[in-house]
Amino acid sequence: MKLDARIPSGPLPQKWDKHKASIKLVNPSNKRKYEIIVVGTGLAGASAAASLAELGYNVKSFCIQDSPRRAHSVAAQGGINAAKNYQNDGDSVFRLFYDTIKGGDFRSREANVHRLAEVSVNIIDQCVAQGVPFAREYGGSLANRSFGGAQVSRTFYARGQTGQQLLLGAYQALMRQVGLGQVRLFPRTEMLELVVVNGHAKGIVVRDMVTGKVSSHSADAVVLATGGYCNTYYLSTYGRGSNATAIWRAYKKGATFANPCFTQIHPTCIPVTGDYQSKLTLMSESLRNDGRVWVPKQKGDKRLPGEIPESERDYYLERKYPSYGNLAPRDISSRAAKQVCDEGRGVGESGLGVYLDFADAIQRLGIDKIRERYANLFDMYHEITHEDAYKTPMRIFPAMHYAMGGLWVDYNLMSNLPGLFVIGEANFSDHGANRLGASALMQGLADGYFVLPYTIGDYLASQKTGSRPKADAAEFKQAEQETNERIQKLLSIRGRKTVTDFHKELGRILWVHCGMARTEKSLKEALTLIPALRDEFWKNVNVPGTGEDLNQSLERAGRVADYLELAELLVYDALMRDESCGCHFREEHQTEDGECQRNDEQYAYVAAWEFTGVGKTPTLNKEPLVYEEVHLAQRSYK
Amino acid sequence: MNVKLRVWRQKGPQTAGQFVGYEAKNINPNMSFLEMLDVVNEDLTKRGQEPIAFDHDCREGICGMCSCVINGEPHGPEYKVATCQTYMRSFHDGETITVEPFRAKAFPLIKDLVVDRTAFDRVIQAGGFVSVSSGSAPDGNAILVPKPDADLAMDAAACIGCGACVAACKNASAMLFVAAKVSHLNLLPQGKPEKDRRVLAMVTQMDEEGFGACTVTGSCEAVCPKGISLNFIAKMNRDYFGALFKAGPKPAAAAEA
Repeated sequence: MKLDARIPSGPLPQKWDKHKASIKLVNPSNKRKYEIIVVGTGLAGASAAASLAELGYNVKSFCIQDSPRRAHSVAAQGGINAAKNYQNDGDSVFRLFYDTIKGGDFRSREANVHRLAEVSVNIIDQCVAQGVPFAREYGGSLANRSFGGAQVSRTFYARGQTGQQLLLGAYQALMRQVGLGQVRLFPRTEMLELVVVNGHAKGIVVRDMVTGKVSSHSADAVVLATGGYCNTYYLSTYGRGSNATAIWRAYKKGATFANPCFTQIHPTCIPVTGDYQSKLTLMSESLRNDGRVWVPKQKGDKRLPGEIPESERDYYLERKYPSYGNLAPRDISSRAAKQVCDEGRGVGESGLGVYLDFADAIQRLGIDKIRERYANLFDMYHEITHEDAYKTPMRIFPAMHYAMGGLWVDYNLMSNLPGLFVIGEANFSDHGANRLGASALMQGLADGYFVLPYTIGDYLASQKTGSRPKADAAEFKQAEQETNERIQKLLSIRGRKTVTDFHKELGRILWVHCGMARTEKSLKEALTLIPALRDEFWKNVNVPGTGEDLNQSLERAGRVADYLELAELLVYDALMRDESCGCHFREEHQTEDGECQRNDEQYAYVAAWEFTGVGKTPTLNKEPLVYEEVHLAQRSYK
Repeated sequence: MNVKLRVWRQKGPQTAGQFVGYEAKNINPNMSFLEMLDVVNEDLTKRGQEPIAFDHDCREGICGMCSCVINGEPHGPEYKVATCQTYMRSFHDGETITVEPFRAKAFPLIKDLVVDRTAFDRVIQAGGFVSVSSGSAPDGNAILVPKPDADLAMDAAACIGCGACVAACKNASAMLFVAAKVSHLNLLPQGKPEKDRRVLAMVTQMDEEGFGACTVTGSCEAVCPKGISLNFIAKMNRDYFGALFKAGPKPAAAAEA
């Protein structure tokens, strides 16, 4: 397969402007003749659906929750990056671009990342105009804070609830369009199949999660904004409902899946406490602005943190990375935490934890300032652990958090299937092998507000108005039938293990064999364990109830069935990528001091995998990463 | 610890519901309330019975998807805490815990503990937004917002739209939810141009959805997982009456407002 990223020619800073000026447009009176499906209502989906509707397109918006406002973007805490340089500290579009490329360990596309940095400034303006209550200085101007992987303060925030406030802004814009009749909303509706007609994505098959009814929707283009796939690991910081079914169905219909092994582990989450644990809760990276990470110098030191004198503490991030200190990027901080725990210096009952200590900051700034900055995070920590982080350090540990990989898209955010657009976390495009903090919100909104509304027109202009197939065309009927058969199959097995049993086991396999550190041996082992588990699932899973009403076990079963396939692809990719980069750490390839050792000669490409059948080796396609502006270098945060 | 549960089971809106008793044994006090329900559901599934349907998603108290009235209180016993952030250490060993759905005419039941809260979305559709299309915004610092205003707007904007305020109210009033959104937007300069229209439209829609009237008992604030203040209801009332009695000529083409 030939993957054409369609990156415009010309100097990097002018590519986007040039592209916008040269792509095709749809005239205003024709826009209302097109129908666009947007699946997912997080930052990317809601902002895209609203913006497309504002342009005059007819939009259908689908989400699995009872309201679009629940999408898991809501849980993002810390902030959103933008190259505003309001702080006069030397920030610029180029710096944000460069930090993002470097943070991604030189495995993302230059042109996409530069565009992201360019539109970042428009996002802040847009959100402010929507009434997002960003933090302000006393003079009334916008406030900023710092995030990992950057030496400037460019992160805008709304207390510890930035994701919630940005999502509500996008949700409200979407609701406005629903009220105007430009968007039709389908809550509690799950996409179960992508429909491809004559090689173009032209619709979806969905299940009404309340009535169980399976039906089809046709459109001129389909936009997937369904988030990432880290729930494959069972325990993650995702919402419990977040799933990979939409992108996985698209993959099985011919869309290529890029860099699936690039999954991010966030360094600051509340540690696991028991087998019953259903999810992991993040403590925002912004806490590392004021918190200091440490463990005891001595192995197995069981004293309470307050009893360990300063001289016997190891502030290992400050020690190893003096210039970035506690704000080292996520992949590096996570691995450093794993290292000290592997050495037996971890804290807490399980020994899988490190301290995040605010004592110094409280002394320096006063408890009120800390409360103003982080109160809701400290409250949340207290609710979960019953500990008061104003008095004793937080205990944190890395957890699965974000998928940099996702469906392959070109510069227009269109997959290799014409008419299928993929935005937000669901695509692979901007974060390379490691995403920087406060960049997910930026990318989701960039895609939805400022990129897709331009680029989708370029495709639609090539599609005659009124040419979309009807929702009862043969391709739809067949997809509906396959969906119904699959549901019936899941309900008819009536085995002895629950869906959760399988999901937990899959998560354990992935975490152990393809987690923070990976080896050829561990990955090969996973490649025998996963298919075996998948076979057992289809023989021995127990899905109670029927398909005719709200059945949460059935919903989960369908998603876990997809994870059992996706996990295998993830491991294939990790095995193929015989280098370490960003979050993908192959133990065979590390520098003397345990950092990632990239292999640019052989692996400076995007791995876009093509489906060949369940259980069959997928086909690898390569999109070379060409760097015109940036010089590839060993990342250093020292 | 061991607890007994009385859980509301109802197959659908048309069938009668009833309390059904379950036992949850060997529960770790550090388990969340929903994780305890997960354990009960796993057990039910293994015994060939249908698990209890309940809404949940983020499990960190921010998405507003979880609901449930626990021992008579929406979101359970802890102050300013959602059901998903309620931990079993808040209950005592051997306790009988009653679990019901949010009950309100405007929140029709779907199944077991799951209700339909789309009425909230329709209230937002009526006016809970700023009419600014993508691309038409001025620079973020072009309009300065006094910090106290931004902070107060943020206090109101913290609402997670869960509906506990409605479930707690004897009149099933949605005033706290609506007031939070009206206040958030009306407090900011960006929301000012549509201030009057917004409050009138949202209150009208609220009434049409079948939510009850407000008698300011304060039960809403008491159960709100985000502690949204009752003061916002007073603020909305001021905005509402101000808009209602606004005198003076209107532009000729103002028919749509």
